[in-house]
Amino acid sequence: MTLNATLKHSATALALALGLYSALPQPALAAATEQFFPLATYRVGAYASSGIPVWAGMIDYLRYINEVEGGINGVKLVWQECETEWTAEKGIECYERFKHGLEGAPVAVYQPNGAPAAYALGDKAAADRIPLITLGYGRTEATDGSVFPYNFPAMLTFYSEASAFINYVAEREGGLDKLKGKKIATVYHDSAYGRETQAPLRLLAEKYGFENIQIPVADPGNEQASQWRQVRQLKPDWVFLRTWGVSTPVAIKTAARFGYPVDHIIGDIWASSNEDVLPAGEMGKGYLALTPYPGGASFDIHQRIKQHILDQGKSDLKDPKSFGSVYYNSGLVNAAIAVEAIRAGQKKFGNRPLNGEEGRWGLEHLNLDDARLKEIGFLGLMQPLKLSCDDHEGGGAAKVQQWDGKQWNLITDWVQADRQTLRPLIDAKSAEYAKEKGVQARKCAVEQ
Amino acid sequence: MNFFLETLIGGLLAGTMYSLVAIGFVLIYKASGVFNFAQGAMLLFSALTFVSLHEQGVPFALALLLTLLVMIIGALLIERLVLRPLVNRSQITLFMATLGLSFIIEGLAQGLMGAQVRALDLGIEDIPLFVGEVMISQFDLIAAAVAAVLVALLALLFNRTRIGIALRAVADDTRAALSIGINLNRIWQIVWAVAGMVGLVAGLLWGARQGVQFSLSLVVLKALPVLIIGGFTSIGGAIVGGLIVGAAENLAEAYIGPLIGGGITPWFAYFLALVFLYIRPAGLFGDRAIERV
Repeated sequence: MTLNATLKHSATALALALGLYSALPQPALAAATEQFFPLATYRVGAYASSGIPVWAGMIDYLRYINEVEGGINGVKLVWQECETEWTAEKGIECYERFKHGLEGAPVAVYQPNGAPAAYALGDKAAADRIPLITLGYGRTEATDGSVFPYNFPAMLTFYSEASAFINYVAEREGGLDKLKGKKIATVYHDSAYGRETQAPLRLLAEKYGFENIQIPVADPGNEQASQWRQVRQLKPDWVFLRTWGVSTPVAIKTAARFGYPVDHIIGDIWASSNEDVLPAGEMGKGYLALTPYPGGASFDIHQRIKQHILDQGKSDLKDPKSFGSVYYNSGLVNAAIAVEAIRAGQKKFGNRPLNGEEGRWGLEHLNLDDARLKEIGFLGLMQPLKLSCDDHEGGGAAKVQQWDGKQWNLITDWVQADRQTLRPLIDAKSAEYAKEKGVQARKCAVEQ
Repeated sequence: MNFFLETLIGGLLAGTMYSLVAIGFVLIYKASGVFNFAQGAMLLFSALTFVSLHEQGVPFALALLLTLLVMIIGALLIERLVLRPLVNRSQITLFMATLGLSFIIEGLAQGLMGAQVRALDLGIEDIPLFVGEVMISQFDLIAAAVAAVLVALLALLFNRTRIGIALRAVADDTRAALSIGINLNRIWQIVWAVAGMVGLVAGLLWGARQGVQFSLSLVVLKALPVLIIGGFTSIGGAIVGGLIVGAAENLAEAYIGPLIGGGITPWFAYFLALVFLYIRPAGLFGDRAIERV
């Protein structure tokens, strides 16, 4: 074969190869314009009944953003699920799989969706510069963004939840000064989550002079006679129910059995869903609960999602009865915070997919005031939220809802926590963490 | 004194709920020497089946009957597809098979009937009764009565029927039972079906108390210390073990719990079981293994 012929053959082969390559789909190039939303879900196992409506809410909102709004400023969203069964080890596995993005589409924010995974991922995510959003769970001291730059316990930490509970009780009793001498019991899941409100309640009890009674319920909490017998004996004026999963309906039923008035039990964020009260049947009537994302499908965003997603048969919801349930709404709120954080970040970095560092900047400059909440259809469903380097929580308020046997009815507007009183406790804990881990605190005043 | 009495009585009654779960284990262990790890999954499956049928408008009694039928068919399938191919394998192999089976049943139950929490109303008003100043749960009293009826029926089955005598023969000496023509496969089918029925009763009562949801399958964890204390081979032992565990953990929670930070019920029952293991390794009523050496 001559040199010419060889060159000719090589050129032909190269042209063919290039032709074939260009004919193939180009996922990497297409994905470079997309933003990846990793979904660490739990659709099987003990907590599946709570998780399934949450993911439906999240996915429906992401789909709504893509199909109705054309993405976030034109950047389409892609998502993928990974099953964690609400465990730390699978939560870490999912994070490791997702942290590099999906075919070029980067991760801007990560939601571990579970306290065990949130605790396990704290240091890892900081090392990878990926911000974690832990709405309603996780480390309270991460409110201090100078020590925890990549951890956002947005909207309502457990400390704020405890304070909002006390403020609501005070409102019912006729003022904070009327708390003196009252007995307030906390029946709590005996875990890191359950014990998290002990410090703020101790502080508030000292400040307002109420008797602070703590009664633990060991996991899973499917037999609570001895705890509620203690409640019956101690006769508290109010009970703060900080349970999770099966321990909530069992608590409500056992309380009723022991003659404790259900309308003086106030459930916390993880004891405030439809799934928590339905098994209690008639005994659950009158039960109160704090929530940063109330149940109900009458909010503006629900009308939009119903019109564009549900009625078009595009919803992830298997059971239409769950539309507007507390957990479905929590999915909407979680997704909205992530979407709005990316939108905030795009103002600085341009209308393109963001990476973790840019997502963190977006979160620290998130400002969802009433006007913006109205615009996106979340007014009333979600409290105004302004995050910063110094404050990774923002809001700190909850509404109180009451179960009427069929649905939740809101009985208050936002009940604000006394965040100023709690802040020294948070600062002390974050300083302790910084000392233990050798973390150099950021200078928020300079960075802002 | 009233508080002590109330805690004691409440604990004893709560213990009968544990016994109901433990009886299912005893039945299968007696007939095959296998610790059936899938008992909790069977409990979940039966309660979910019943609630799903009832939600579809099937009347209570018919739903109960249909669920029983489903549990019997399930038992036949388990025997045919899982146990029969493993005959003559070691006990640990059979145990591992039941472990796998539990995951399959749980997955099937949630896949077929959904993972959402369901309310189960058995029509038992749980209004407390007062004897003097001592409060007693009406629901627990009924559960105790159900357990008593169940034990009486099982005693009749074991002592007064040919099937029962064959079951006891298999339990005493499987090879001797086989040599006189007892059909081991048939015995296993019957035992698994009866365990399924017991699972249904336990599932309904526990489901009425806590809602029908995945955590029903975790109720088995409550039965393990009951079995260790009462013995793996005695239905009467399961009842006595349940009463001891129920009373002890309630009294411990009330009197020892506050001294050490509370929340001691789950481990206290196991602590008690460990103590019994030292004193009576076969449990209070369990068969002691006597072997020629």
